[in-house]
Amino acid sequence: MATATYTGTEKPNYLNWKTSVASWLLTYDHKRIAILYLVSISVFFLMGGLAAALIRMELATPRGDLLTSDIYNKMFTTHGVIMIFLFLIPSIPAVFGNFLLPLMIGARDVAFPRLNLLSWYFFMAGALMVLIALFRGGIDTGWTFYTPYSSSFAKGEVSLAIVGVFLAGFASIFTGINFLVTIHKMRAPGMTWFRLPLFVWAMYATSLIQVLGTPVVAITLLLVAVERTFRIGIFDPNLGGDPILYQHLFWFYSHPAVYIMILPAMGVISEVISAFSKRRVFGYHFVAFSSLAIAIIGFLVWGHHMFSTGQSMYAGIVFSFLTWIVAIPSAIKTFNWMATIWKGRVHWDTPMLYALGFMGLFVIGGLTGLHLAAMATNVHLTDTYFIVAHFHYVMVGGAIMGYLAALHFWWPKMTGRMYPEGWGKLAAMLVFVGFNLTFFPQFILGYMGMPRRYHSYPEEWAVLNVLSTAGSSVLGLGYLLPVIYLTWSLKYGKVVTERNPWGARGLEWELVDPVPDPHNFERTPIVTRPAYDYGHPEEPTGFVPKPRPVVVGGKDG
Amino acid sequence: MWNIPFVPPTASEEGVSISILYWAITALAVVFGAIVLFGVIYLAVRYRADNNAVDRSNAVDSDLRVELAWTLVPLVLALIIFGWAAKLYADIYAPREGYYEVFVIGKQWMWHCQHPNGVRENNVLTLPAGRLVKASIISQDVIHAFSIPAFRVKRDAVPGRYNAMYFTPTKPGEYHLFCTEYCGTKHSEMIGKVIVLPEEEFQAWLEKGGQGLATATTSTGGGAAAGGTLTLAQQGEQTFKALGCNACHMNPNSAVKVPDITQTWGNDIPLADGRTVKGDEAYIRESILNPGAKIHKGFQNLMPPYQGQVSEEQLVQLIAYIKSLADSGTGGN
Repeated sequence: MATATYTGTEKPNYLNWKTSVASWLLTYDHKRIAILYLVSISVFFLMGGLAAALIRMELATPRGDLLTSDIYNKMFTTHGVIMIFLFLIPSIPAVFGNFLLPLMIGARDVAFPRLNLLSWYFFMAGALMVLIALFRGGIDTGWTFYTPYSSSFAKGEVSLAIVGVFLAGFASIFTGINFLVTIHKMRAPGMTWFRLPLFVWAMYATSLIQVLGTPVVAITLLLVAVERTFRIGIFDPNLGGDPILYQHLFWFYSHPAVYIMILPAMGVISEVISAFSKRRVFGYHFVAFSSLAIAIIGFLVWGHHMFSTGQSMYAGIVFSFLTWIVAIPSAIKTFNWMATIWKGRVHWDTPMLYALGFMGLFVIGGLTGLHLAAMATNVHLTDTYFIVAHFHYVMVGGAIMGYLAALHFWWPKMTGRMYPEGWGKLAAMLVFVGFNLTFFPQFILGYMGMPRRYHSYPEEWAVLNVLSTAGSSVLGLGYLLPVIYLTWSLKYGKVVTERNPWGARGLEWELVDPVPDPHNFERTPIVTRPAYDYGHPEEPTGFVPKPRPVVVGGKDG
Repeated sequence: MWNIPFVPPTASEEGVSISILYWAITALAVVFGAIVLFGVIYLAVRYRADNNAVDRSNAVDSDLRVELAWTLVPLVLALIIFGWAAKLYADIYAPREGYYEVFVIGKQWMWHCQHPNGVRENNVLTLPAGRLVKASIISQDVIHAFSIPAFRVKRDAVPGRYNAMYFTPTKPGEYHLFCTEYCGTKHSEMIGKVIVLPEEEFQAWLEKGGQGLATATTSTGGGAAAGGTLTLAQQGEQTFKALGCNACHMNPNSAVKVPDITQTWGNDIPLADGRTVKGDEAYIRESILNPGAKIHKGFQNLMPPYQGQVSEEQLVQLIAYIKSLADSGTGGN
């Protein structure tokens, strides 16, 4: 490729060996594709956050006075669609999965680098369609696109947004396929399944859901667009369809999608807690298999979103039972993380603060899930602010804390620069405090019955809503700070010259250059040790570089 | 400042049971949450890197016994609460007997309620204290949800199907009524109130055709109860005639051979394809709107479909009428 090539004197890295725009937009390098995703989803995160800020400002007073109800409905739809489909689902897999997976298993790239780049283009095309739909008047269906409202009643560019989500879904499928094949076939010699970092196990479980679940929601949403456009009766009872069928199909993906968001975060937390406690993750096998258990059982619980729809009581009981069961692997992970800290050497650096914050918020999110797994209380709480609080604790408190932990932990490896530690710690604290102030009052509001997606509400709930809005401004500041100081650090941050600034274990820290070489490893490593081998400080690395580069075929077991 | 509510009023029998379950789960969550939160902070502080005064020997990194312990203890607790909650749900939502029935129709963006004696209310539902109530809920457009937080019950109003919800109001008073399933522009204005009256007051109110209750007409916008001299079933009979149903049904001289609708309600209907179906609200509704869907054994489908020609209100009346034919003068429930 005729692009500007590196002319410096130092060893080139993946960031500076080629610098033209084309070298970025046509790159097959998993690390550069990760950066493309990082920049894209950061923009979407800010857009989704702006919509959230408008929602909270409206809810600062009981009356609907800042926005019209129509604009308000479009705002929560914008917030949901952008945050779910354009931020949370790609967040950790497409950024950190892409960047780290080959490095962690000792591979030169993912199995299908071209498909990987195509994934980003599908994602951007989908995002563009969603944004066009939002800017051409917006849509007010909610991110759930419930029928028959979405298919027969809602105005606006619903079909365009749906096609956008459809395309973004395929980006997610491509990433999932890539990771599954990469993990199966491209592990370095000696990198057996039970030597894999737990982040890789989490990505494996996530990829299973992406590949098996996403096609279902993609087709379902397309059917909504078909019913909308051609008036073919699928979900609208006036056309002979069944609106509840839509909910079954939608949640068959969208409940597992929650695990697409949280499983990668759990993988990050395993890495960070281990690295900053300087100890092997306790109960490695239990943590690894709990990811798979969540992915598998998570496919069988979708009906718990539908206890109030009039779905068969017996079906409901089965769904409730399985929902209680799926809670157990999360409990196993949490206890194992605690045991990892036990007798460790705990360093309170910024990534660890986010990881501890994750545990605090995820535990509250998980335990309030119990009220919702229980059928009798679920019906009272469903579609109230209790649900809103619960899923924000899991998907924001959990997934985004995990994302921020990952961003700070691997930032020096991705950029070669260190962010200012003090600002990092401050932001972590602000996010934790602001988050709780924003969302904890919503549990109380929800138990009192405040419905979600309400533009106005009874006077007696004003105080708790004001508290929530106040908290959201602290939270917003907490999210804005990293955007500022991380960007600042790209130019002014301390240059990281050592491979392993955290003293962590893992191929990406011990064998990869401070900023990775375009081809990751000079020589394919041979792995001789388990993951997180912190027990032998006298031996610098656990890896024997092979004499010369070879392309490693996979072997299972 | 100190009269900020933190819990909703509890005004139904079901609400009491659900609240007890809610607080039991909350207690469990607080215990586990405290173990994890304080445990994490305690461990992270005690084993901080610069603290060399702690014992770090024998730091095992796996132990089957503790894994089993923290798997099985939560599992057993989970199964206990699962059973409790599922049983309670089944007790509340499975079909119950001996109720006062109201029909609730959701539409963008109001609630329309019909009492058996013909009283109609918009965005207000007036009920007696101390009696089991069955709300049969349907939507005429998109999905809504009928939610009464003080009773801790909720049911979706789904177009094309009747959903039943049972509850027993206990405390007279006024309570919030919300639509909790997003239904379009004025979703947050699809609200109203549930008014619970002592039994005698309720009867008096019903007999006056839903009039004479100052609170019912205030502040909800169009909340005036519209009464009539006709019961719901009698309204249904009028509709039955207005739509010309009586040309074939309930007409001994009809040239067309039709199923006997006095035998529909509550009976098992044999179908032409060999199945049997229960003669309930759903079957009657479908047979009016789309008569070809389930054809009575031994009959041909000669009836035109009424899809789009009958409103949900009229369907409720017709169902009440057909039901009254079967009840043969017992006067509803």
